[in-house]
Amino acid sequence: MTELSIEAVGLVKNFGATKALRGVDLAVRKGTVHAVLGPNGAGKTTAVRILATLLRPDGGSAYVNGVDVLRQPGKVRESVGLTGQFASVDADLTGTQNLVMIGQLLDLTKKEAKARAAELLEWFDLTEAASRVAKNYSGGMRRRLDLAASLVGRPAVIFLDEPTTGLDPAKREDMWDVVRRLISDGSTVLLTTQYLEEADELADQITVIDHGQVIANDTPNGLKHKIGGQRLTIRPADLSREEDLRDILARFSPRAPEADGRGTLTVPVESDAVLPDVLARLRDAGIAAEEFSLHLPSLDEVFFTLTGTRSAGDSLPANSANTVEVAA
Amino acid sequence: MTAATLEAPPVSVRPRRPAHVRLLHNSLVLAKRSLIKLTRTPEQLIDVTLQPIIFLLLFYYVFGGALGGGSGSSRHEYLEFLLPGILGQTIAMSSISIGQNLNEDIEKGVFDRFRSLPIGRAVPLVGAVFAEFFRYLTVCVITVGFGYILGFRITTSFWGLLGAVGVTVAFALSFAWVSVWIGMKMRTAGSVQGVMMLLVLPLSFASSTYVRTTTMPGWLQAFVKVNPISQVVGAVRGLLTGGPVAGSVGWTFVWIAGLLAVFFPLALRAYIRRT
Repeated sequence: MTELSIEAVGLVKNFGATKALRGVDLAVRKGTVHAVLGPNGAGKTTAVRILATLLRPDGGSAYVNGVDVLRQPGKVRESVGLTGQFASVDADLTGTQNLVMIGQLLDLTKKEAKARAAELLEWFDLTEAASRVAKNYSGGMRRRLDLAASLVGRPAVIFLDEPTTGLDPAKREDMWDVVRRLISDGSTVLLTTQYLEEADELADQITVIDHGQVIANDTPNGLKHKIGGQRLTIRPADLSREEDLRDILARFSPRAPEADGRGTLTVPVESDAVLPDVLARLRDAGIAAEEFSLHLPSLDEVFFTLTGTRSAGDSLPANSANTVEVAA
Repeated sequence: MTAATLEAPPVSVRPRRPAHVRLLHNSLVLAKRSLIKLTRTPEQLIDVTLQPIIFLLLFYYVFGGALGGGSGSSRHEYLEFLLPGILGQTIAMSSISIGQNLNEDIEKGVFDRFRSLPIGRAVPLVGAVFAEFFRYLTVCVITVGFGYILGFRITTSFWGLLGAVGVTVAFALSFAWVSVWIGMKMRTAGSVQGVMMLLVLPLSFASSTYVRTTTMPGWLQAFVKVNPISQVVGAVRGLLTGGPVAGSVGWTFVWIAGLLAVFFPLALRAYIRRT
């Protein structure tokens, strides 16, 4: 049996009348990236806060690196790093001061703490900003400093709570590189995200949660198989041709095209191999496309496919790759 | 991203120092954090610098004549009585800000960081209180220093001064835990200030701070006698200008022990429960 870095069974947490978690199971293999995918309010952050010992669950059990989160939270804290959804750096301290402070709290000598801070600042491309107060950092820089702060103690398990929410696409890919690097260094990463694309890009295993419950747990390929691979979205330049377009798309997909009411049609397709044929048919029929895109399903579509209902979460970006979400 | 690597593979942090040494060391690290924050917003020092000066001036010139008996020399006599009182009142007032600051601080993400680190639960609070040491020391230096300009003279000795400063700062550090507790309990920094004012005003006025207690009704005198501020002020008076000190110093330390025994655990519990 593979060694598990995180093992949670039946986690329950209520905030007053709100049931944040209703029995969540998680099993994360050592040295892998595990993504918890879900909309706002699904319980992702609550789950992470329980595993990082910031919250006590009302029910269930959890082990991190084989240590009981409930019985020995202090010992769990020795081997985990947490990067929250909201950058938890001290805005009044400089980049270096932030990291040296954490190092000293982790029992490094001042010299060791300074060396570790310099090393991490360089890694996260913050060397030039090292002696500036974090208050004046950009959002992306703060996020990087925050992640650096959670790595000071070289934790074996790293929790990343929505590490890319609010970052523009280029910065998002930088963050993905960081996650891959952590894994190549032997760490285990549990990350939460609202983007299937991100989970697909990084994770070895994806757990989809909604309303505090696990609704799917699979590999990225397994999950994509369940939800039918990629989506093809086309909007005809001439909106009166919507019916003709619908007929064409129906040939390429087992499911009927979904309309958004503004002339745009979306169908699940097996792979990008169908694109030349689709284009050829459009040309033959004389339909000019104003929008033509192939993308992974949005979280909303994932939920629709898995549960048959639209997610109750906040409205989600239709195409995560091209949408920069404004951080709350 | 640059090409530097994380060198060694991830390893758990192993505490090398004994637990109580770590606790002290970590608290000092976080005290330093508070002091750095203080240097970024030096206006936070107004309550320990300008405030005692203004109170000294107001009471000395506005009430000094009347309370001292009407002549210039009696005003000077009143200053001798007043200065230890201002010291007691100012440390009570300046304890308000730590509760306010922690109340605001705890809502920010940095406390999540502290909670996820393998450090003692009390460390962030103890560190913040340690940093207050410098603010309370400032109160003593400013109040005695400015009093000196007005004509206040220490009639005991250097050791008396040192003792007075020691008693004042020690009491202030234990009284700060009341503010920390209120800071953990209240939802906003504004309400921390409101509640603390309700506490600090009666404590500092219904005491031997400004007037001799013999003019007060009996029931009030009873309160004044047990009021910790009266005890601190009495101790400081004796240590700076002579007279019996054993009783008031003794009672001050009883209060210090009592405040710590009650409000440190209360504050810690409120902090841990606050999520």
